Amino acid sequence: MELEISIAPDVLFYIGSFPMTNSLLWSLFISAFLISIAFLVRFSLKTIPGTLQNCAEILVEEGFSFVRSVIGTEEKAKKVFPLFATLFLFILAANVFTYVPGQSAVTLYNEGGAGTPLFRAALADYSMVLVLTLISVFVVQIVAVMMHGPFGYLGKFLNFQSPLKFFLGLMNIVGELAKVLSLSFRLFGNIFAGEVLGAVILFLVPFIAPLPFMFLGVMTAIVQAFVFSTLTLVFITLASEIEADELVEQASM
Amino acid sequence: METEALKAIAAGLAIGLGAIGPALGEGIIASKAMEAIGRNPEASSKITPVMFVTMAITESTGIYALVIALIILFG
Repeated sequence: MELEISIAPDVLFYIGSFPMTNSLLWSLFISAFLISIAFLVRFSLKTIPGTLQNCAEILVEEGFSFVRSVIGTEEKAKKVFPLFATLFLFILAANVFTYVPGQSAVTLYNEGGAGTPLFRAALADYSMVLVLTLISVFVVQIVAVMMHGPFGYLGKFLNFQSPLKFFLGLMNIVGELAKVLSLSFRLFGNIFAGEVLGAVILFLVPFIAPLPFMFLGVMTAIVQAFVFSTLTLVFITLASEIEADELVEQASM
Repeated sequence: METEALKAIAAGLAIGLGAIGPALGEGIIASKAMEAIGRNPEASSKITPVMFVTMAITESTGIYALVIALIILFG
């Protein structure tokens, strides 16, 4: 058996000129799964909830109270909660589903006899993680522009009052750009490293030895989903807060 | 030296040196959390999730090094 590790996902087939990779297929499957669960819960709402509705209610209630406690006000929490919950549930489902036994054995063979696995962890594909990160970073920028106004927001980066402030403003630009890298590398690195570690241990000792690593992997899967969505929430909270001196400025205008 | 050998050395150095900082950091976080739980055992349910989140954030520099090492090896 050969150890097969690649950073880029394998292409299954082409739709026109659009390559359909196995991680894209997997992520579409997860989206379909989450959407169908959501509809199932929505159209079977009862006064006395069943198991599924109970789980959904716990998720929504606990999630909402957590968002509220971080962001401060009910009104803001209502706006941010859908994004937070979607990110959390999608990443959680994508990570946990890779531990469903047997899914990695489903392989597609072409005429030459070379096989490509049909499923691959959706977040072990950097483009998927990058898109999620870009969504959260763009939302943060939009919130900041909405709160400070376009010129107030630009003033944070281009400040001509003193050389030091000008330099700090430039540093802020670097900081905003670094957010994209740090958020996406954190998630991608954890998931991809988990996959590689699992493959290597399975290759060395096929029995029992992989179990503790699987446990670590499941824990990382849950913690990383929480970390990614919480960091997005914290960035949005920071962007949505108006600093004290700005309040004075707005009041005096 | 051959490119393959250099790649192996580079990947090993990248992850080996990159793991030092996060390891120390996580140790400090864990010890402080233990101290806090020791002082106030009732707060352990509040401290533990925060500890995990801060650990995951501290770990990220190590993960960057790991990503670089994996890119060197398999990219």
